[in-house]
This record gives sequence, structure tokens and C-alpha cells, in this order.
Amino acid sequence: MYIYNFKVDICLLLELILNLPLRIFEGFIKEYNMEFNLSAVSFLSEKNFLSIEEAKVYDVVIIGGGPAGLTAAVYCMRKGVSTAIIIKDIGGQVADTAAVENYLGYKYINGVELVEKFKEQVQQFSIAYEEGRSVVSLSDDDIKKVVLDNGKVVQGKTVIIASGKTWRKLNVPGEDRLVGRGVAYCAICDAPLFAGKIAIVAGGGNSGIEAALDLAAIASKVVVVQNLENLTADKILIEKLSKFTNVEYVFKSHVLEIEGDEKVTGVVVENIQTKEKTSIVADGIFISIGLDPNSDFVKGVVDMNRFNEINTDSFCRTSVEGIFAAGDVTSVPFKQIIIAGGEGSKAALSACEYIMKKD
Amino acid sequence: MALFEAKIQEQLKNILGNMKNEVKIVYFTQEIECTLCHDTRSFVQEIASLNDKLSVKVYDLVLDKEKAQLYGVDKIPAIVLLDKDGKDYGIKFYGLPGGYEINSFLGTLLEVSGHKEALPGDILKRIKAVDKDVHIQVFVSLGCPHCPDAVSVAHRLALENPRIKADMVDSNNFVPMAQKYNVTGVPKIIFNDRYELVGAHPLNTFLDVIEKL
Repeated sequence: MYIYNFKVDICLLLELILNLPLRIFEGFIKEYNMEFNLSAVSFLSEKNFLSIEEAKVYDVVIIGGGPAGLTAAVYCMRKGVSTAIIIKDIGGQVADTAAVENYLGYKYINGVELVEKFKEQVQQFSIAYEEGRSVVSLSDDDIKKVVLDNGKVVQGKTVIIASGKTWRKLNVPGEDRLVGRGVAYCAICDAPLFAGKIAIVAGGGNSGIEAALDLAAIASKVVVVQNLENLTADKILIEKLSKFTNVEYVFKSHVLEIEGDEKVTGVVVENIQTKEKTSIVADGIFISIGLDPNSDFVKGVVDMNRFNEINTDSFCRTSVEGIFAAGDVTSVPFKQIIIAGGEGSKAALSACEYIMKKD
Repeated sequence: MALFEAKIQEQLKNILGNMKNEVKIVYFTQEIECTLCHDTRSFVQEIASLNDKLSVKVYDLVLDKEKAQLYGVDKIPAIVLLDKDGKDYGIKFYGLPGGYEINSFLGTLLEVSGHKEALPGDILKRIKAVDKDVHIQVFVSLGCPHCPDAVSVAHRLALENPRIKADMVDSNNFVPMAQKYNVTGVPKIIFNDRYELVGAHPLNTFLDVIEKL
């Protein structure tokens, strides 16, 4: 990291004299650090990946490329069973995480780097690999058929579902229409675009308050909308946020509608008790109200709990023989990277044992 | 003073060691440089000093107007990558590719040098079949971990088909432009000013949009 000394250059002075909108200069006026988040491993490792063959019946088909799926892949390949892995977003939620400080072996690592390291470990194997595809259905036949969103069918003697969770949507009018036009889910990505603007944060848990912290440093105003009567984030985060004077809180309320044609212009919130509706003018809304399991494609195939998490036993077995599940998509408590990794290894070992006994 | 720490310099050297052929970095600035232009120049010069296969040519957007027109550069700072024969693939970086974007810069640099992964046959066929002019602009912010993926995909498309041109644009440096395209979420990908995608999408999704143009 290189600390830059602020210097007024002639170009900047000229622009100031011409009296252009001030926001253009914000980046120049304050001192800034140019950081380089280099992912060195992704350039240096050999990639041995194979493409998935539809005619082949794989021993194990892994659905998901977060810590659970990638750990399962390493265990399966080391066991020597033929394995295919289908990944929608490599790293899953870890890739959206700014800092990881509780995955043993690293006192501090950023999420993307950790994912790179996971991927590097998978890359040493000739695994059948498909990235950027999601699964639309899964059959419970003896030979499981995994259907991808491009119509491709992948066959497996066993399947490990490690499809994780995605940010829950508000499911209110305007949300889908205005994604990327003021509706945002990734604070570390999009907060810098709200310099001098007004931003709403829906959600008062850890991820909501983390988003509010990122925003409070640069936005003119941040409004946190929380459905409960207090914030549920960790104390340390709430204290940090309370130091900002440009943050307002709206408690016991939820977002009813996101307004705007071309881009977000405001939101309508409703007090849950009084049913009173208020309009808040805003340039954007960050939605951090929790996560939903990516289990739609197996609804009716395997048993789930009331949160649509897949029920598993201590061997990661689901209600269907030959279908295993691991990580955040399951009913296993405490969603953590290290737990997902451990569950992924368990699911892989269970699947390998199942194949051995069956053959 | 060096822009890169010793450790990063070492890693960069290793990565650049994978370059197959020479690459020429063409850098556009102006006589009286803005702060970021000055930094971006240091960036390309320092990178180039790490490997013999790299060279830098600096042009002035105003004084070298015909060069700017030749490469289709309309704002600064701008980086254009040319291959060993000086061929321009329509690959540009507007702004300093710092933060996570260093990864897309290096990835594209390696690809232009000829070090690239083979694409699946069906995807390559679809890219080669594109027979209209396509201009892809990928708006990024430097703290966005997904953005380099979107930039790499866009640049790979440009590399494989001369009708496709692809730019990385740093939203925080080109603010009026980002406002024009309503960029409030990144990566935001604009196709010929007609269609847009938000998020890091894979090659096939880019192609789905391009085929609609």
C-alpha cells in the first residue's frame, strides 16, 4: 500500500476555477491510498479442469462452489471417485465478505483471497467443472439426474447439495425493477457509489449495520430501517455506527415499496404497529435482511424444515438415499465458513462410503 | 517512490513470468496531468519495468489526436493493450486498475500476450459468429471483488472477435459518465448503450445479450 501525499496540481486548479460540481473532486481532495488486492494464486496454479460429459454417470455430483462444495470436491478427488462440480458463484457468500477473522490458519484474510485459496486447492485435480450455471431440478432415481439452467443433464450415483444461501429479497414493488439502479445487496461493492447521497439500509443485523458503516463514511445521510424495536447486530458494530452523526434509525417498521422510474428516488416504510406510512427520499437502498436457502430446485424431493433448509442427519444424509447435503443450505445450526467446510468433508466421505457399499 | 510494495512486486514478477509474447501498453494522458493520470502513468511504467516483454508508449489525448482516434480513446487516463505485432483488439482500461481490478488487468495482459485458457468449443463458436459492432463498457469500483470477473469476460470477448470492443471504466473516476448510465451498483455492463447487465455474469450471459443486439 502506498500512501499518497495530496498535491494540488494545475489541472485540478483549472477545474476548480471552472466551478464544476464538487463531487468530481472528492476523490482528489482527500488523501487516498491506492491498494492492490492481488489474487496471486489464481494466476499461478495449473488448471486441470475437465468439461462435464452428459453421457457419463459420475460417482459424485456436487452442486455448489462455496466452502462446503469446494471442500467436498477436494475430499472426493483425493478418494479417487469420479466427480463433477456445478458452481453458480464461486465462493458463494465468502466472496462477498470483506474480512474473515475466524477461519483457522488465517488471523485475517479477505473473502476473495480465501476463495482463491480454496479454488487453488481444487484446481490441482482433474475434476469435471462447470461454472456460472445453476441447477433447476434433481431427480431421486437410482441414477440421479441434475438438470442445469441451459438444459444440460448431469448424472450421478450420488449428489451432494451444497448450494448455500442468497440474500433475502424484500419482495416489495420496485425491488426487481430497480436492481443496480439504486437497489443493492453488496455493500463493499456499491457503497462507494453513494458519496454525498442518501441511502437506506433495510435490516439492523450484522450485515445491515456493516453496510450502514460503509455508507455513513461517505453518504450525506443513512437511514437504517429495522422491523424490531432495536438493532440485533453485535454491540461492537452498533457502537461504531453511533459515532456517526449522519445516521438515522426507523424502528418497528418495514419497507413497503421502493419508488423511482429510472432509478431509486425514495422508499415507503410502514410502522408495523400503527400502520402509519412514511415516504423517505433516498438515492438507494441496501437490503440486508438475512438469507434464504437455495433449495427451490429440490422442493418436494428431499425433506426440509420450515425455513426451507434441507434436513440432514449427522452423516449429512437427506431423506433420499444417495442425496447428501452440506453447509448453509442445510438445517445444521450456525452458518459459518469453518462449519460449512467441515460439513462438506463429511458429506463427501459419506457419499464415498455409500458408493463403496453399493458397488 | 514505488507504487507497489516489495512483496507485491515479487508476486507481479512471477505472474508476468507467464507472458508468452511481448505486449505494448499504450497509455493516454495529457500535457498537464491530473493526479490520477500521473498515478496511472506510474502504474503502467512500474508494471512494465517488471518484465522485459512489456513496453510503454505514452501519448497525449490532445496533441496525439490521430493516435487517440486510431485506438478510439475519448477520455483519460486510458490504457490500451496491443499484442506483439502491435495489433489492437479494442481492449481498454479507463482509470487506474487498482484495488481488485489489478487482477483483471493482469489477466487481460496475459491473454493479450498469448497465454490464455482454451474456451469450450460451443462458446468460442458463438463468439466468432458475432457479426455486428459491439461496444461493451464495464463500470467498476476498485473495492468490488466481483468486478474483475466481468471485466475479464468482456475483454476476452474483444480478444476473440474484432467486432467486439470492451472497456473497463472506473465509476469513481468518471463520475458524470457513471451518472449518465445510472451506475449505482457494480459491475454494471452496458452493451452498445442499449442493453445492460448488473453483476458478474459468465460468458454465456454476455453472449445472450450480444445476440439480442
